[in-house]
Amino acid sequence: MKNLISMRDLSKKEILYFMEIAELIEKGELIPDMKGKLAALLFFEPSTRTHFSFATAMKKIGGQTITMRGTSGTSAKKGETFADTLQTIAQYAEIIIMRSPVEGAARFASEVVDIPVVNAGDGANQHPTQALLDLYSIMKTQGTLENLRIGVAGDLKFGRTVHSLVQAMSEFHPKFKFISPSFLKMPAYIKDDLTEKNIEFEELSEMTDNISDLDILYVTRIQKERFADLEDYEKVKGSYILEKSMLKGVKKNFKVMHPLPRVDEISTNVDNTEYAYYFQQAKNGVYMRQAIITILLGGVK
Amino acid sequence: MKQIKVNAIKNGTVIDHITTGKIRKVLDILHLDGTDIVMIGMNLSSKKLGRKDIIKIENKELSELEVNSIALIAPEATLIIIKDFEVVKKSSLKIPEYIEDIISCPNPKCITNEERIISKFKLTNDEPAQVRCIYCEKKYLIDEVKIKN
Ligand SMILES: [Zn+2]
Repeated sequence: MKNLISMRDLSKKEILYFMEIAELIEKGELIPDMKGKLAALLFFEPSTRTHFSFATAMKKIGGQTITMRGTSGTSAKKGETFADTLQTIAQYAEIIIMRSPVEGAARFASEVVDIPVVNAGDGANQHPTQALLDLYSIMKTQGTLENLRIGVAGDLKFGRTVHSLVQAMSEFHPKFKFISPSFLKMPAYIKDDLTEKNIEFEELSEMTDNISDLDILYVTRIQKERFADLEDYEKVKGSYILEKSMLKGVKKNFKVMHPLPRVDEISTNVDNTEYAYYFQQAKNGVYMRQAIITILLGGVK
Repeated sequence: MKQIKVNAIKNGTVIDHITTGKIRKVLDILHLDGTDIVMIGMNLSSKKLGRKDIIKIENKELSELEVNSIALIAPEATLIIIKDFEVVKKSSLKIPEYIEDIISCPNPKCITNEERIISKFKLTNDEPAQVRCIYCEKKYLIDEVKIKN
């Protein structure tokens, strides 16, 4: 494997290979040595958390990073094409990690340069490292990815993270509960894919009473700005806030996940329960990104 | 009788069975210059379609790009190659599995609309024809995408 651009490119076997290497790294059974390797972190839109996670991952495996920031995927204003910018950077670094608001930017970069490219998010399209770390977190807490009951709550219409998660989990025979306000439902093209693969899903509008049979509840933020009417927001908001009191009667293996940052969709009184997993999830992100960089740089013998 | 009609040009290409209304788009992509000899028939009766349009071009062989473009616009059309008044090849059109540089991506956030790069699409469904942009990964029905001239 040379690049990591889209979950669409990965087979089930490849997904499981990423899990395996991340686990070996976490357990200290594989200690990658990326000394002398430089990762170019190209962030054409701000994302402090993703940047921090990648930089941490690269440093923990002995490598170094340089960062280039910008507001757009192009340097056209300076008279240099995007392709030229990428070619130049490829002369300095061993791997490019790219975040861009432009959809398909990472795919294009992978066609232009000879060094590996990792997509760290391209607009509303893909964020494969997030999907892989989510899967790794699910695997760690459940011991398997197969036959799980997964609830996904919040903004299901615009949430790139939940789209990738649902797509990626589809290989592993899950049952889904989609919990959202009616106008933020899962898009038809995602549901069509699920129907095609014979994957069961339910669409619900309340968290209450709907989580006791779940193995995983993946919560995402509903942005106020999505509502035309603030009054509507205030009305539905409460239905998508997870409170400690709602966790009575959940399964023993139940875990709550969230891509972070959260606002108030998970009450802080959930944090100290055995079900909260979102901070460990962020930590898993570092192991997974160490695994991704190591694999792409040929560091697994 | 039909034979005579089709053979009305000596050498060249006939694009038959164009669904009525689509002929303008087909002509647009043909890159005809002022000297090409072209015959156009519109709203002719057709067993296959009820009504059809037809284009006959003297001394012209279509490029692969032109054939693929016509397949996208008018997939029901038939392509006939004429040599010495004889039909030497008759083929129905097929949308290629991989479509390069013919259509532009309707997604304004797609890299193909930000940078001057060649668009690439994969055919994901035949009936109705549907394609996926390999860059932004959005899926579109063929009627939703713009065919480049
Ligand atoms: Zn596109």
